[in-house]
Amino acid sequence: MSRYSVASLLRHSLRGHRGWARAWRDPEPKKHYDVVIIGGGGHGLASAYYLARLHGIRNVAVVEKGWLGGGNTGRNTTIVRSNYLIEPNAHFYEHSLKLWEGLSQELNYNVMFSQRGVLNLAHSDAQMDAAARRGNAMRLNGIDAELLTAEDVERMVPHLDFSGHARFPIHGGLLQPRGGTARHDAVAWGFARAASALGVDLIQNCEVTGIRRQANRVLGVETERGFIGCGRLGMAVAGNSGHVAAMAGLRLPIESHVLQAFVTEGLKPLIDTVVTYGAGHFYISQSDKGGLVLGGDIDGYNSYAQKGNMPLIEHCLAAGMQVFPCLSRLRILRHWGGVMDMSMDGSPIIGKTPLDNFYINGGWCYGGFKATPGSGWVFAHTIAHDRPHALNAAFTLDRFERGLAIDERGGGPTPNVH
Amino acid sequence: MLIRCPWCGERDLSEFYYGGDATLKRPAEDADLKAWHDYVYLRDNPKGPHKELWQHSAGCREFLVVTRDTLTHAISDVRPVKGI
Ligand SMILES: Cc1cc2nc3c(=O)[nH]c(=O)nc-3n(C[C@H](O)[C@H](O)[C@H](O)COP(=O)(O)OP(=O)(O)OC[C@H]3O[C@@H](n4cnc5c(N)ncnc54)[C@H](O)[C@@H]3O)c2cc1C
Ligand SMILES: [Zn+2]
Repeated sequence: MSRYSVASLLRHSLRGHRGWARAWRDPEPKKHYDVVIIGGGGHGLASAYYLARLHGIRNVAVVEKGWLGGGNTGRNTTIVRSNYLIEPNAHFYEHSLKLWEGLSQELNYNVMFSQRGVLNLAHSDAQMDAAARRGNAMRLNGIDAELLTAEDVERMVPHLDFSGHARFPIHGGLLQPRGGTARHDAVAWGFARAASALGVDLIQNCEVTGIRRQANRVLGVETERGFIGCGRLGMAVAGNSGHVAAMAGLRLPIESHVLQAFVTEGLKPLIDTVVTYGAGHFYISQSDKGGLVLGGDIDGYNSYAQKGNMPLIEHCLAAGMQVFPCLSRLRILRHWGGVMDMSMDGSPIIGKTPLDNFYINGGWCYGGFKATPGSGWVFAHTIAHDRPHALNAAFTLDRFERGLAIDERGGGPTPNVH
Repeated sequence: MLIRCPWCGERDLSEFYYGGDATLKRPAEDADLKAWHDYVYLRDNPKGPHKELWQHSAGCREFLVVTRDTLTHAISDVRPVKGI
């Protein structure tokens, strides 16, 4: 792999940018790998990268049914944060955030991680108390958090509704300054390029259609391009977790749901942070191209369709206008959906399964983009050592049986409310 | 998405409340922990036809069993939950 640098950019610009080599190889699948990962999204690619980079396991393939990063990695609103209340979540997401902070250097690929802050608005005294509690919990865990007054918030984001007529007036907010956004595609491409350079085979347009088993072991995967054997098998297929796990005979504490997102026409700089509404579910940031990137709740019914319905669109945009009345005249340029792996407690599942050499990474709900480097890091460790790292030890598949759900929201086993 | 309520006719999605998988069978009160765990937490989560509960909450308030394809959102059957 030739390194990207200012010098290489200059050299190539003199040659009219005609000499760039492809970023990763496009190999034919081998008969057998030490590790096969199903799913070429950010999580699968990061897992393969860290297996090769940190655990010396390089005979690895990532098998992807479409193109790399074409799933939720390429469909999300790119918010990165670690503002969690509950212990296992706080430590895991903070580890991931630290990896983000060095990721462009680590991968020699600009993932455009922009620490522009994530601001959660509070609209009542009770919400201010909850924000203070969460902020204090974060600080005790070594995570940055600042409680803002209404005046602080108005100085920071003047276009919010401070007219005095808002149905849910802004009382203040909780800011995580180190949170922000990143370029979603670049994360997939950066991990892909770095993994490929370490010897990982990235096999695209190759759907896994079955999992071959012998007693309690997995032998390999049936794919559109034939059987591929493996010593260990990991899955990182986000919204398709239930479908793929069923190939191995497992039922999961997961439902698949659709989440929509929106981008408006481009504007001059308006919002230089990430804002989330506290009296409805709505989040917004501005991309480098100027479009406002926004989203809200999931549609709320089981779905594998990468498209949603109208009521949610109206609901989401109404919430947006409640906080930012100035959005009312904007046109939506693009909107799309992605399939979420909604778990029964809103937290992910990363660990072992009842099968000896099959590992699961799923249940990310709609917050898994920020987890991408951390998820790959702990999943690689789990696969390499056949046991979880301390950071993912709590995120087991069997935690529901043992009464150890990690329910940040307190919503109970109803996937469509997390 | 429109759902054809047997009582009210074809109505917009926004009038309905989703109740999830309609095929789950509540275990007996004295069933073991595993049966309860499976009932509360595990789902078939199929890609394709799914029998699911919807309540016409902003209409007649009846609970319905809807058969809907989770890949296309096409609805092939709606019937009242009573008598199933
Ligand atoms: C609209 C939207 C907004 C979101 N916003 C945010 C946000 O702001 N912040 C945040 O942190 N998270 C957000 N998320 C969640 C986040 O995008 C996901 O949790 C995360 O990207 C999951 O990464 P992944 O690599 O596991 O999944 P994916 O990127 O979906 O990768 C899984 C891959 O598996 C492949 N696959 C599936 N089945 C098979 C098979 N049988 N054989 C081979 N390959 C298969 C798929 O094609 C896919 O490429 C959002 C999601 C959506 C949809
Ligand atoms: Zn009705």
